[in-house]
Amino acid sequence: MSKVMVVTSGKGGVGKTTSSASLGAALAQAGQNVVVVDFDVGLRNLDLVMGAERRVVFDLVNVVQGDAKLPQALIRDKRVETLYLLPASQTRDKDALTEEGVGRVIGELRERFDWIVCDSPAGIEKGALLAMRFADLAVVVTNPEVSSVRDSDRIIGMLDSKTQRAEDGGRLEKHLLLTRYDAARAARGEMMKVDDILEILAIPLLGIVSESPDVLSASNVGSPVTLHNPTSAAGRAYIDAARRLLGENIVVDTPPERQSLMRRLFGRKAAVA
Amino acid sequence: MSFLNFFTRSRSAPVARDRLQLLLAHERVQAGQSDLAAILHKEILAVIAKHIPIDQDKVIVKLDRGAQVSTLEIDIEMPDEALVGR
Repeated sequence: MSKVMVVTSGKGGVGKTTSSASLGAALAQAGQNVVVVDFDVGLRNLDLVMGAERRVVFDLVNVVQGDAKLPQALIRDKRVETLYLLPASQTRDKDALTEEGVGRVIGELRERFDWIVCDSPAGIEKGALLAMRFADLAVVVTNPEVSSVRDSDRIIGMLDSKTQRAEDGGRLEKHLLLTRYDAARAARGEMMKVDDILEILAIPLLGIVSESPDVLSASNVGSPVTLHNPTSAAGRAYIDAARRLLGENIVVDTPPERQSLMRRLFGRKAAVA
Repeated sequence: MSFLNFFTRSRSAPVARDRLQLLLAHERVQAGQSDLAAILHKEILAVIAKHIPIDQDKVIVKLDRGAQVSTLEIDIEMPDEALVGR
């Protein structure tokens, strides 16, 4: 039974593409057949983050419009053999996609893969709506920052009203993936805590990915962090999140605070007061 | 940053949480409301169109939710010829 999972956020720059690549890779590393689909037509980047930018020949728009067959556009990952990428077009605009065409392609992908991970563009326009349209479940990527939380709330509302599942009266699973979290700053009251954000958005927590240089290093070399550095905190966070998606019951660890010099010198009071 | 500021560094996270809670409570009502107004607009238009030829832009449906009283305002401009001979 295949699952269509949209990775979305409303706000740009919160880590949708990084999370799509990392979750997709982690699911494939766990033995699942996975395709990650880039819906950001005109501004594709998933190919770059996954290190396949020089292998793109055909793209999602070509397949939707019938100019290429699906197998011609799918790019197989060189590291994990059950991981595929369906890139977006770089030259067309977002109107090149139609609901009917996307529905047909998703249907074809369902026959070949266990997981279809849809990397949504930012915003609430057509591209974002098409990315979520056929989803069975959603990962809402959020930063602990007011504008990101507000936009996530808006996207959750759209997942509950504009998806095919919602319109058919079904239930769409929604999961929160908190990225760029800094436990030390949260402890000092400078950043909203995990519980604050969970209380506001009221959807279950899939994982917490701390702000980490490993994520940037991985994208620099075009490799999902779960492959490039699977033992790093970020790599482990994504691998655990993927295991939760596969139904394993793993408690979400709140990342440990790194002790700052000031705190070590003056103890908790000085830093908090 | 002065010495005093350093030790009384403000805890801004609770402010962020409170602002968001207030804002989102408002925005969620608004989002549901605009959907309801749109549905009413469409259905009211369909009922009227069954009997009278009418311009879609001449039907205005407004929903105002207040703390005490909410009002539904429907403004339909009828073309003169619509009622002729009825």
